[in-house]
Amino acid sequence: MEGLAITLALPEITLAVGAMVLLMVGVFGGERSVSLVTSLSVLLLAIAALMVVFAQTNGLAFNDAFVVDPFARLLKFVTIVGSAVAIVMAGGFARRMGFERFEFPILIVIATLGMMMMISANDLIALYLGLELQSLSLYVIAAINRDSLRSTEAGLKYFVLGALSSGMLLYGASLIYGFSGHTSFAGIAGALEAAGGDVPLGLTFGLVFLIAGLAFKVSAVPFHMWTPDVYEGAPTPVTAFFAAAPKVAAMALFVRAIIEPFSAVTPDWQQVLVFISILSMVLGAFAAIGQRNIKRLMAYSSIGHMGFALVGLAAGTEAGVQGVVVYLIIYMATNLGAFACILAMRRGDGMVEDINELSGLARTNPVLAFVLAMLLFSLAGIPPLAGFFGKFYVFLAAIEVGLYGLAVIGVLASVVGAYYYLRIVKIMYFDKPSEAMSRVPAELGVVVGVSGAFVVLFVIIAGPINSAADLAARSFF
Amino acid sequence: MILSSLFFYLFSAVAIGAAVMVVGSRNPVHSVLFLILAFFNAAGLFVLLGAEFLAMILVVVYVGAVAVLFLFVVMMLDVDFTELREGFLDYLPIGGMIGVILLVELLAVLAGWVFAPEVAATLPEPTPAIETTSNTAAIGAVLYTRYIYFFQVAGLILLVAMIGAIVLTLRHKANVKRQSIADQVARTPATAIEVRDVESGQGI
Repeated sequence: MEGLAITLALPEITLAVGAMVLLMVGVFGGERSVSLVTSLSVLLLAIAALMVVFAQTNGLAFNDAFVVDPFARLLKFVTIVGSAVAIVMAGGFARRMGFERFEFPILIVIATLGMMMMISANDLIALYLGLELQSLSLYVIAAINRDSLRSTEAGLKYFVLGALSSGMLLYGASLIYGFSGHTSFAGIAGALEAAGGDVPLGLTFGLVFLIAGLAFKVSAVPFHMWTPDVYEGAPTPVTAFFAAAPKVAAMALFVRAIIEPFSAVTPDWQQVLVFISILSMVLGAFAAIGQRNIKRLMAYSSIGHMGFALVGLAAGTEAGVQGVVVYLIIYMATNLGAFACILAMRRGDGMVEDINELSGLARTNPVLAFVLAMLLFSLAGIPPLAGFFGKFYVFLAAIEVGLYGLAVIGVLASVVGAYYYLRIVKIMYFDKPSEAMSRVPAELGVVVGVSGAFVVLFVIIAGPINSAADLAARSFF
Repeated sequence: MILSSLFFYLFSAVAIGAAVMVVGSRNPVHSVLFLILAFFNAAGLFVLLGAEFLAMILVVVYVGAVAVLFLFVVMMLDVDFTELREGFLDYLPIGGMIGVILLVELLAVLAGWVFAPEVAATLPEPTPAIETTSNTAAIGAVLYTRYIYFFQVAGLILLVAMIGAIVLTLRHKANVKRQSIADQVARTPATAIEVRDVESGQGI
């Protein structure tokens, strides 16, 4: 029995204590403290991000339940950045829509804490608790605009379906524990190796349920049905948050929970993942075509993108995991930019959510239209933008292990998907201009600019990101 | 030995009787009270089995929290239970069938119940023998040491649940009359009492 090694979890402890302090600030400060709590939350996340970057120690803590390795550190940094940007983007929106509450940034901080625990989970119990901490915060955040019928409906739907998926995940975890005698990932891997080729059927069964539960959290088909409704119903900054950091964290958890304990039974989960990934890519591509609401469209887009990321995981190799990490970083940067554009689409008081309302944006607001076009080209995977490289790495990894069918279907789905991204570009550039949008707020302008620069200049910064992802992937192999 | 058998039959008989009364009593408040009685007897059975921690948890959680919550709900909801009960006998066959199936399943499971002997060896944290350590002490010995991380995260989850409940339901209404102790204490006869001269036979 090793020691607790509490220092490894210092960023998490900082966030937890900080969130409680902020809660006190909010409760005693009342309504006036909203902007103070919001800025302090961003500051708290920034401190945690710095701690993650500069703490160079790797290792296991809390009797192997908590692991810190290059993979965990990189993805924790990415999720913290995603959450902080989401808080910044939400500021003005909540004020205008009249649901500004100090609990909102605090819940995002606690959700981020849950995500960091998910990324560091090295044990089935830690996996579940991290996931639940994150999910519960997300359910509340989805319904934060409680006077809006759509928002409460989104929260309730998310909650009920999330509870169902937690049930499946727990059932799978209990079977895995029952048939291997361990909850720690290392223990399960050891038990599987000891069993040799003779894996108990119950364990395979449990693995499938575990994958189903995790697939729900990354919204992969056939567990995607909540995504469009929740994305459409939740307030737009909340949707922006949902589409970025939680997806990255859930995918990171997926990678660790599959690769680390179950590498001895690769064929057992590979076929499931190939199936899920194909369905997600195809549904994401085809279902998005008919959408008129841009938030629903982004929901289907995110389903498709999770399918592409799962291609890398299905490969199950070091190159595959590296591809997933690069894909997630690009996905988050692009999505945050795209949602910043959506948040900037405003006329008078109302938000513009219908795609056709974007017509002629190139003439009324050429800069915003250009950046949004670049982000959409990147989501479609057109070279030399960032999205292309993400897809390139995961497909390369799939081809290396001989999953040709998966790669071919993926490329075809990506071509179909390009249609609806390009349609928005066409509406913005070639349709008759409608009324001009309101001025873009400064904080959204910064997010749009940084994200656009990341997407366009990815070729230049690809080197360091690739080597970081490579280092991260090597934690498992 | 005979004493524990006697207590076993006492607790079981009262538990079964109370369970029947939960379904059978006309007044829903009585049903909940019988439910509490059933819980207490189940806790007694746990004590006989040497699972004193479970027994206490059952009393604290189910009687202390869940049953009281039931009681509140039953008393606050204005449901006409006699009306609900009208079709009671119509549901008896299907309800009885489900009960019988459940009973057969339970018997089938319990009849074939054998602890797999090899499972104890694979446990990462072997359970200490009940002769040397009581199970409360055994749980306490690992809860705050080996499982401190899980314990703390569970606490955080409960904190989120509390924040969520407050965020989604608490409303600060403008016209709610609240007690202000400072105002009450600050009242003097001069501000609180008005003396009027009332003419006889007139009223105010």
